[in-house]
Order: sequence, then C-alpha cells, then structure tokens
Amino acid sequence: MSLEDKYLITVGLEVHCELRTSTKLFCGCANVFGSPPNTNICPVCLGLPGALPVLNRRAVEYAIAIGLALNCDIRRSVFARKNYFYPDMPKDFQISQYDEPICVEGYLELPVAGKRVGIVRAHIEEDTGKTTHVGSSGRIQGADFSLVDYNRSGIPLVEIVSAPDMESAEEAREYVSELRSILVATGATDGKMEEGSMRVDANVSVRRKGTEELGTRCEIKNLNSLRSLGRAIQYEARRQMEIVEEGGRVRQQTRHWNEDQGVTSSLRSKEEANDYRYFPEPDLVPLEPSSEMVELVRAELPVLPPARRAALSDLAGGKPNRSELEQIGTCIGLDLDGFVSSAAEAGLPFKLALSRAANELAALVGAGEALSPEAFVGVLKAEDSGRLSATQAKAVMARLAETGGTVEEAITALGFVGLTDDEVGSLVDRVTAEHPNEWGRYMAGENQLAGFFIGAAMKASGGKVNGRVFSALLAGKRESARS
Amino acid sequence: MAIVDMTAREMASAVRNRELSATEVVEAHLSEISAHDREVAAFLLVLADEARHRARSIDEAIARGEEVGPLAGVPIAVKDNMTLRGVETTCASRILAGWRPPYTATVVQRVESAGAIVIGKTNLDEFAMGSSTENSGFFPTRNPIDLSRVPGGSSGGSAAAVAARFTPLALGSDTGGSIRQPASLCGVVGAKPTYGLVSRYGLIAFASSLDQIGPFARSVEDAAALLSVIASKDPMDSTSLGVGFDAAGIGEGVQGMRIGVVEEMLDGVSSGVASVLDSAIAALEAAGAAVERVSVPAARYGLSAYYLIAPAEASSNLARFDGVRYGLRVEGEDITETYLRTRERGFGAEVKRRIMLGTYALSAGYYDALYGKAQQVRTLIARDFAAAYEHFDALISPTSPTVAFRFGERSDPLSMYMSDVCTIPSNLAGHPGMSVPFGPAENGMPAGVQVLAPALREGVMFRVAMALEAAALEAAVPEWAKAAGSGGAA
Repeated sequence: MSLEDKYLITVGLEVHCELRTSTKLFCGCANVFGSPPNTNICPVCLGLPGALPVLNRRAVEYAIAIGLALNCDIRRSVFARKNYFYPDMPKDFQISQYDEPICVEGYLELPVAGKRVGIVRAHIEEDTGKTTHVGSSGRIQGADFSLVDYNRSGIPLVEIVSAPDMESAEEAREYVSELRSILVATGATDGKMEEGSMRVDANVSVRRKGTEELGTRCEIKNLNSLRSLGRAIQYEARRQMEIVEEGGRVRQQTRHWNEDQGVTSSLRSKEEANDYRYFPEPDLVPLEPSSEMVELVRAELPVLPPARRAALSDLAGGKPNRSELEQIGTCIGLDLDGFVSSAAEAGLPFKLALSRAANELAALVGAGEALSPEAFVGVLKAEDSGRLSATQAKAVMARLAETGGTVEEAITALGFVGLTDDEVGSLVDRVTAEHPNEWGRYMAGENQLAGFFIGAAMKASGGKVNGRVFSALLAGKRESARS
Repeated sequence: MAIVDMTAREMASAVRNRELSATEVVEAHLSEISAHDREVAAFLLVLADEARHRARSIDEAIARGEEVGPLAGVPIAVKDNMTLRGVETTCASRILAGWRPPYTATVVQRVESAGAIVIGKTNLDEFAMGSSTENSGFFPTRNPIDLSRVPGGSSGGSAAAVAARFTPLALGSDTGGSIRQPASLCGVVGAKPTYGLVSRYGLIAFASSLDQIGPFARSVEDAAALLSVIASKDPMDSTSLGVGFDAAGIGEGVQGMRIGVVEEMLDGVSSGVASVLDSAIAALEAAGAAVERVSVPAARYGLSAYYLIAPAEASSNLARFDGVRYGLRVEGEDITETYLRTRERGFGAEVKRRIMLGTYALSAGYYDALYGKAQQVRTLIARDFAAAYEHFDALISPTSPTVAFRFGERSDPLSMYMSDVCTIPSNLAGHPGMSVPFGPAENGMPAGVQVLAPALREGVMFRVAMALEAAALEAAVPEWAKAAGSGGAA
C-alpha cells in the first residue's frame, strides 16, 4: 500500500489577485505592469511622513463584484493595519482588512471534481513593493545589497481565502483555474499568473485515513503557476506523510517552493511568526457599501462561468462526461463558449464543435490569434458535410486565423477545393486502369485495396480528392462491373 | 503701537489699506526673532529669505491692485511636524534631520493661499510627544514670560513664538492638549477644533485618531480668523468632515447661555489656577451666563485610555522611520541591525517609551484588555459629554492644573502626563476645545481657562472665549516687550 493510499490530503488556498483599476488603492498613481522602477510613486504610496490614504472607489466595486461572483455576503468592513518591518513595505505596515472583511461566506463549484469549496472571506488590501536581493543567496539574509521598486506598492489586491475543502493537488488546480476564469469574467483582474496578478499560497496538511482531526498545516507561499501549485502540494503532502509515517510530528511552518529543485523549504516556524498587532486603520473610515452600490455592481456583472457551463452542458444533453467537462472548462476559460453554442445553433454536432473549440481554436487563441464565430461555424459545416477532412478543417482554421478572409477563400488558397463527382469518377477510372493487377484483386473482394487506390488518387490529384467521395465511387464502379 | 503688538487682523487690514507693507510687517517680526529667539529658542528654522520674498510679492500684488487673501502679509509660524515642500521638516527628531518633503501640507497651502507668510518652523517635543518641549531632539524652548520655565508642549515653539511676539499667528497640533496646554502656559489663545474639521494631510502623525491641527493667536478673534482659513473639506484626508468654520457671530456674548464647570477636571488644581477659574466663572455670570457644576464621570479615565490609544497608534505610525528610504540611517550588518541601530540612535527616550507602550498594548493576548478596553472608555467619554451637553451649551475647566513649571521639574513621566488631564478627554471624544488666557495665577505666570463644546460647535466655543477675553486681565508679556511697550507709548 503506497503512502498516498494511507493518507488524506487537505488543502486550503489563499489567492491574491491584483485588481485592474487604472490607479492604485489609496492614491492616484498609475496601476500598470512593467514601468521602469520607482516611476509610479507619490508621497502616499511611498508612505512619506504626513501622507494619508484615500480609498479608490473602483477597487471597492471590483471587490464587491468578486464577492457576488463567489456567492458571498457583502458586509460593512473595516480597514486594519498589519504591522511588520520589511523594506519593500514603505510604512512598515500594510493596510488590509482583518476581522471585518468586505466579503464573507461564499462558495465556488468545482465542476470536474463535482464538489463545492467554501469561500471563507475575500478582503481588500494594498500590495507591497518588490525587493530584488543581489548576492549569492537570493534572499534578504546574506544578500550583498537589495533593490526596492515601489511601483507595486499600493496596487489594489483582493485576497480570497477558501475553506480547507480540497483533497488533492488536482482539486486545488481546478479551484484556482475555475476561480481565475470567474475573476477574469467579472473584469476585476486580468488573471495573469505569470505577471503576478494572481498569486497563490497553499495550506497543506495530511492525516491518516479513518481519522477525523486535521493534521498540522504548512503554508507554501507564492505559487505562481498551476503547475507549481500542483507540484508543490504533491511534494509537501508527501513530505508530511513521510514525517508522520516515521512517527514524527509536522511542525507548523511557512514554506518556500523552489521551482528548480522541486522542493519546499522552511521560511519560518510558527514560533518565529510575526505578531502583526492588527488594529483598525485610523486614517480611513469604515467601508459601508450601500445596497444601491451593491445592486449596481450586481446588475453590471456579465454571465459568469458557472452559468455559461450550465448552458453548454444543456447543449451536451444535460450530463457531460469528464473529458467534455474539461473541454467546456477550457472553452469558458478562453471565452470560446460562444463559438460552441453558435455551432450548435447552426445544427452542427455538439461534440465536434466542443472538440474543435477546446483543442484547435484554444491553441490558436493561446498563440494570440483569433477567428470569428461565423468562420468557425463555416469550417465545421464543411467538415461535417464531408467536404473537408478533419486534417483539412484544422488547416483551414489555422489559415483563417492567420490571414482572415472567408472560409471559401481559405479552402481555395489551400487547394482543398473538392473535385466534382464527374472528376472523381474519371479519377477512379484512371487509377484502376493504371493498376489492373490491384483492380483485379479488389474486384475479387480484397476490400483493403480501396486504401491503395485512395492513396494513388491523392497523389494523382495533388491531395484534392475527397477520400469519402472517391471510396463511394470506387465501390460503385465495382458494383456496376460485377452486374 | 509697535507692529509686533498688533493683532493679525489689524496687520492684514493695514497691509490691505497700504498703511503698512507686508515687507515692513515681516521685517519687524524678523528683527524681533533675531533679537530674542536666541533665548526663547522657539524656532527650529527661520525662513527669513523665503518670508521676505513672499512679502515682496504680496506688496507687488497690492500695488497692482490685485485682490489679496484675508491674511495677506501676516506672518505665521508652523509647528515642525507639518510639511512644506523643499523645507526641512524634522518633528524635532534626529531621525528626520535633513529631510525635505516633496509636498506641502494642506493647512500650509491654505494659509499661504490666504496670503499669510510662513516665517519659520517651530520647535516641539519630538514627534509631538510631551508637555514641555523638553523632549525636542535638538534643544528645549523657553517660556517667554519666564525663561526659567517651560512653554508647555508639545507645540511649545508655536505658543512661545506667539507669546514672544515673533509672529501673531501660529499653527500647532493637539493630540492630547498639545495646543491648549502650551497656550495656557504661555498666556496665548490656542484652539483644538473638532476632529476632522482641519485636514491632517501633511501633518506627520503621532496618533492619527486624535491628532488635530489648530490655531495659536494672541486674541480670540485672530484664532477664529485663522481657523476659518484652515477649516475645510480636503479630498486628501478621508477623515475630513467636509465643513468649514464661519467666525461670524462669535462676538454675540453669552447672555442666557448655560455653561457647565467639569467637576472631574478640578482635582489636583493649584490654588492660583483654581482662583483664576473662579474669576472666570464670575465673569461669565456677570456677562449673563448661568454657570453650574456638572459631572462627566468617564472623563476620569481619559488619561489612562489615552496612554494606551495614542502610543498604540504611534507605535505603528513611527514604524516607517527605519532608515531605508529617508532620514537617518545607521548601517548594521544586516537589515534588522540597521533598523535597530537607526531607531536606537534616531529616537529620544520618550518616543521609545511610547513605542514600547503601544507595541505592548496591541500585542496578541493583550489587545482586548488594553487597546480594546481603552476604545470602550473612549465611547463612554463621548457618551458622558453628550449627556452633559443636553443641559449645557458649553463646558469650562482649567486648561492645565498648574502654571508653567521649571525645566527638569517633572522628570517622572507620569507627573508630566498629568499636565494633560483636562485636555485629553476632548481629543478622545473628538470635540473642540480651546484655551483662553485668564491669568496671571502663581508667580505672575499666565493660566488659561479651557472652553469645551460639542462637535462642530466651534461658534459657541468662540463666543464663550470672547466673553472670557473681554473680562480677562492684561495679558502677560515678556520682560523685553514691557520695556519696548512703554517706549512705544512715549
């Protein structure tokens, strides 16, 4: 019995997402990624003596949108100071929300895992600056010197805290992926994990199967991709299982994920943890969103992924299987569900539309290319009618994404214009005449030789012949020759 | 009358009517400063060149017939915990020595737009923590009325500058009495407005939920005029209330007013101060007010609550002075040691004491019993004041239990903290309060009467203050001014 079979894993996630406001949370500095260091700064986000924060209304609206999208209650909330010393934090405290967050008690459905994960809270806070430690260690201890960029200081974040409801790395990945597509749909964030607009901390614990009490947890900081998240949880769970298996005790720690080595290592233990000395931020007044404001945000919310998934599932005939669910997820994540429903409305088979959207179209979109829903439907029609083979259909889609134009133009340009039935008929006559020996064997019942003739016809026509049409006419020729 | 003996309103009107030039006004005050500030030490920085330059441009504007502001040509001193772009701002702390802020505080912008001329930055107890200005990281300020005594604090430099006639107006900040107590000890008028009436943007925070900027002047009307300039909505301060202050009607008298004397603020008051308060009560009654004693029970706990809340906020506000971005940096082996060395050397003893108190009060396991409880007391104080204001239009008390004390006389922090026992409750409640000189009490030293009013009832507060001022004895003046005054009369 492997360790993984003897233990249960429990995962809770804290996801920080950057809000797509045009200015920072408490000042008018631009909220943009990639500016030269220390250019988007002012007395407020530098925490200069005497400067005061003023709350960005748009950030509050985005936070409310996130809360509503995650089925949370929107509450009166209070900003608090989280006090600790770090050079990238200009005030040496972070303005966050502590015991009175703006969003509480929501949930998120994991469609593939088929479970509901609780959302404990979502709150607004400011980001810190970014420190680059120069020196061998790459950490603050042992660095020769450190450089601080305060452009990120004061950028609005929403931190979303899940309940410890996930039981595998796979579920954790699905949670983040689903959360990401919901957040992107609300417009609150761009969800770019590679630019740090979404950062994940994972709380992981293990316990022996059959026991109720959760094990001691460790928190892994700053997981910046789905891949890192999955690997880090697997590694960490295995590490904890081995400790418990050998009779040891897991110590509560904050751990760092090393992507290159594929291991987690301790940053600090519970005993070394900061006492943040939270208290209400006296420079800000309590945040009490009016019900009008909440309703206005609700009214402006687009149709969100869960509802869109339900719509696609209906097209699938109610109960999609696991791989269809994954394909639906991909389509929604990339905003491609409209393509699938357009195709279905045009009478095309759902499975074909879903597969082409989740695979070929998704790959094109991933490469930064686009296709109109009309073009997508046009290609699928040609494929469904037998005019284009699957390989040809994929090539046509790629061509359309690259150069635009109509489906017909692309088919012509690629030389996929089908031959007329007469032309195919003469091709049948020609290749059978050229290969009398094979024709005789085919006539005698060696059906597999149809493939040989298709190959010959493809060669002769430069790939323009439609295999299905050719096969039908070839069979017809044998019928009439026999009769 | 010598220029420096005029009120701010008289100066402004003389400048506007071209009876005096702004340059003459500024020169008169600069020469007073250079003659006597060596002894008083009210200023950390005198902005002589800048003030002369500003005065010239105001004179030119008037010569061109342009409209000038209500305080055009009037000098003003600014406590050195408010920022002025490009001008060293230290909070009287070595940790900020040499720091030149890149922006100007909203209040300073407002007084400058009104035509006032910033003549210098005044001394204070380091980061406004203290009641004597002895805690300045640079040097103590002396009381102009008796140079062997303290001017009070923490806005001791501003109070002393006004009392010494170095300026008719000054700005101070009041977290637990830091405007009113030095006003009382120096014999000038000082007012702490309702929390949120004056913007704090650019005021280097001591305790954010208690700090409020207010005026110093030698007359009640001057203080009101300055308050009407600085009170306004500021979008840069989220706690700004969004209302102004109109000084009209403050001279209407107290006929028919009901005024309470706060019983809890009479304990431990010196006999001289007690008799000053008695004459003030008699004067208000003579002016037609009904004066009675009233109890505000929770006010007794003000001092205790204050010394948890204010240090707690200070411990957080002062964290940013870490040597990383500005001000003093004392390098260590690593970042933690740099923090420790910078703060060890940069902060004085009282600041460290309060940072430690505040850190403790907010710590896990102590928060509820200390900071949380103190916040509850704060609510009770506001409630008890509200109950008193159901029966009274305004309340009075001594501003400080004693007159100015001698240097070093209160080396024990607790006895120093007692200086603010009467002033602290209004900061906790967020209500306005002011001190009007009504002395002298012991040893010829001035003593003020404190006037308290409900939130945003500054108008009522100033009416009572005007009535007191009308009945007060001649204000105490520095020795050198007595000589100059008799010379001027001759």
